[in-house]
Amino acid sequence: MAITEKITDTTVPTFWEGAIPVRYVYTFGLAGEKFFRTVKDKGTFLATYCEECDISFVPPKVYCDRCFKELDSYIDVGTLGYVETFTLSFRNMDGSEKEIPKILAMVRIGDTDGGLIHYLEGLEIDEIAIGMPVKAVLKPKSQRKGSIEDIIGFGPIK
Amino acid sequence: MKLEDFELGGTQLKASDFKTGKVLTTEWKPDLKYAWDNGVAIGRYLAEFKEGRIIARVCHKCDRIMLPPRMFCELCFRPTDEWMYVKDTGVINTFSIAKVNWDASRRGPKEPPLLPAVIEIDGASEGMGIMHMLGEADPKDFKIGMKVKAVWKKPEDRTGAITDILYFKPVAAGTEDKNKGRPEGRGKEVR
Amino acid sequence: MGMRKVAIVGAGITKFVRRAQETGKELSWQASKMALESCDLTLDDIDMVTLGTAPDAFDGVHMKGEYLADGAGAIGKPYMRHYVGGGTGVFSPIHGWFHVASGMADICLVVAEEKMSSCHPHPQGAFLTIFDHTTEQPLMPTLIWIFALEMHRYMETYGISKADIAQVSVKNKRNAMDHPSAQVAGNITVEDVLSSETLCWPVNRLDISPASDGAAAIVIASERVARRLTDKPVWIDGIGHSIDTAYWATRDLSYPRYVETAARMAYDMAGIKEPDKEIHIAEPYDPFDYKELHHMEGLMLCPRGKAAQLTADGITARDGNMPICPSGGALGVGNPIAATGLMKIIEIFLQLRGEAGKRQVPGNPRCGLAQAWGDLMQMGTVVVMRS
Repeated sequence: MAITEKITDTTVPTFWEGAIPVRYVYTFGLAGEKFFRTVKDKGTFLATYCEECDISFVPPKVYCDRCFKELDSYIDVGTLGYVETFTLSFRNMDGSEKEIPKILAMVRIGDTDGGLIHYLEGLEIDEIAIGMPVKAVLKPKSQRKGSIEDIIGFGPIK
Repeated sequence: MKLEDFELGGTQLKASDFKTGKVLTTEWKPDLKYAWDNGVAIGRYLAEFKEGRIIARVCHKCDRIMLPPRMFCELCFRPTDEWMYVKDTGVINTFSIAKVNWDASRRGPKEPPLLPAVIEIDGASEGMGIMHMLGEADPKDFKIGMKVKAVWKKPEDRTGAITDILYFKPVAAGTEDKNKGRPEGRGKEVR
Repeated sequence: MGMRKVAIVGAGITKFVRRAQETGKELSWQASKMALESCDLTLDDIDMVTLGTAPDAFDGVHMKGEYLADGAGAIGKPYMRHYVGGGTGVFSPIHGWFHVASGMADICLVVAEEKMSSCHPHPQGAFLTIFDHTTEQPLMPTLIWIFALEMHRYMETYGISKADIAQVSVKNKRNAMDHPSAQVAGNITVEDVLSSETLCWPVNRLDISPASDGAAAIVIASERVARRLTDKPVWIDGIGHSIDTAYWATRDLSYPRYVETAARMAYDMAGIKEPDKEIHIAEPYDPFDYKELHHMEGLMLCPRGKAAQLTADGITARDGNMPICPSGGALGVGNPIAATGLMKIIEIFLQLRGEAGKRQVPGNPRCGLAQAWGDLMQMGTVVVMRS
């Protein structure tokens, strides 16, 4: 037995349009608050470290996700890192073409196990290589608000 | 163990902590729009609304006349069998007098309350209700069990949406439908 | 049935608050860490993890299960998320029970989390999209409508007044004064409830539980392991879950049939013939005060339409013959959807162990029940527990 009444004329099907009309305000959490406050006020990155598991977290976590130990001491790990991997983005969110391709990288911070996803700035595409050292480029302190956008991107170490 | 022996997590913030920047926050407004296919049953249901009619589907196995219409019977798990027009009158199963909007904001002092209701439609099987609104009478005058009739938008304003019915209003005493109660037989098949 | 016996051996919970600073991951970790410490286990001892959390649209995080995984202690372990709306928190131990009863795991960590405060202007906005997008959403419904409609029908069918129902809110908010997680505990009167703001008649502000942030967690274990871990295991003797149609307007709104179906499944499994006599203590889901009454009837703890009378007679008070929501329930402790159901499980766990502190009901209860309800008023989840 099958549902025999079917729509075969392609001009007939109708649809109903809608949206989910909400917006979100996220807190950064206990560790996130410390991390982004420090970016804003001091222009540097914090990590937490689990001695038990010998693993460090950037952005920091208040707990080790391997052993669940509470991590409450924060270490300043600076703003230097290296390119773990990168990609080029040619399209905008709406599918239109970007005038200049955007370079998105995962940057490993210092000698930690953590890292940030961010843009590479001030580099030509053929200059970039996996493993190259980079440094965070921050907005001037007066313009920093305590968010991932306080970081303009990662650029070459001169 | 006792809960009282532990220091419980969960740090309470005030709404003002967001505004004053006591805690850092980030915002996101999803920019997503959806187009949901109506399918066969709801497509027809809405097309009939545009004509000022309500249509149901019938399952011959369980003998239910179903609203909203569906192409399969979820109880018998088989295709439904035929279309059937039902009336645009019904009985209030339950209703509310709502002073809040969809996002929990309060309706202003000059805005009348909304009167959402479940209305069991005449001609459909017993208990086959739809959610819609009541109107045209004082909220205090509505009662569960009261007979109501659809008030349709003008034909030229209808778009093929459930909002083509503005609301259901009380059927004034003396003007009640002569075919009170369930209609006899299955009604007229329309295909 | 060839299944192993399963016990709850540990529990953890956060405070329930309107706005938490913690992320959902951090809340999950706080509750999970406490649950492990309560039974002297570490994350290494955990074989599998299950997580309950309600719509992604509350937290504003898609793939919320995956997002929360590290806070729930799931990294590198078998992990499953479940979601049945408001019924989620009581489905959580059921999901864990399947893991352990089947023999696939000896120890399972069960976590439930909700962070509703992220959603603006109000989490109610996210509820809009649970209604049918074509036949209901254009009317711009709020979830309160559907409760108001059901409450009105319930009152009409059984001749129950708003004042009868308000007693539930009074009782639960008072009970919650002794719960360390409580968000909206208080000593209020029926008059306070009736004179609070009318939101959607017949529902007033104090008839409703709040929006909340919070997390809860339990550790469950197979019989052999449970007996090694604790001398007070609490056994999950019956589980039940059942879903009704999403055509909610076509149902009998005065009686939660889906709760009865779920309860019958759990009672059969636990060998319960007379629930009103054999269940000593219960935590039915109470997001609205009338729902506690509705659910007591669906659970067959009393005849239909009679739950309000039991409340008026003090039978359901903490020192009554059948204490209902001694924790303070969603109305008093708060309602971070999934975490609320697990909070109820934890309350029965503590009560049956005699460890509920000031909330302890007298008479050494031996058999308790927690129940939740959700989706579009269609899902029932029930767990029967014995000491």
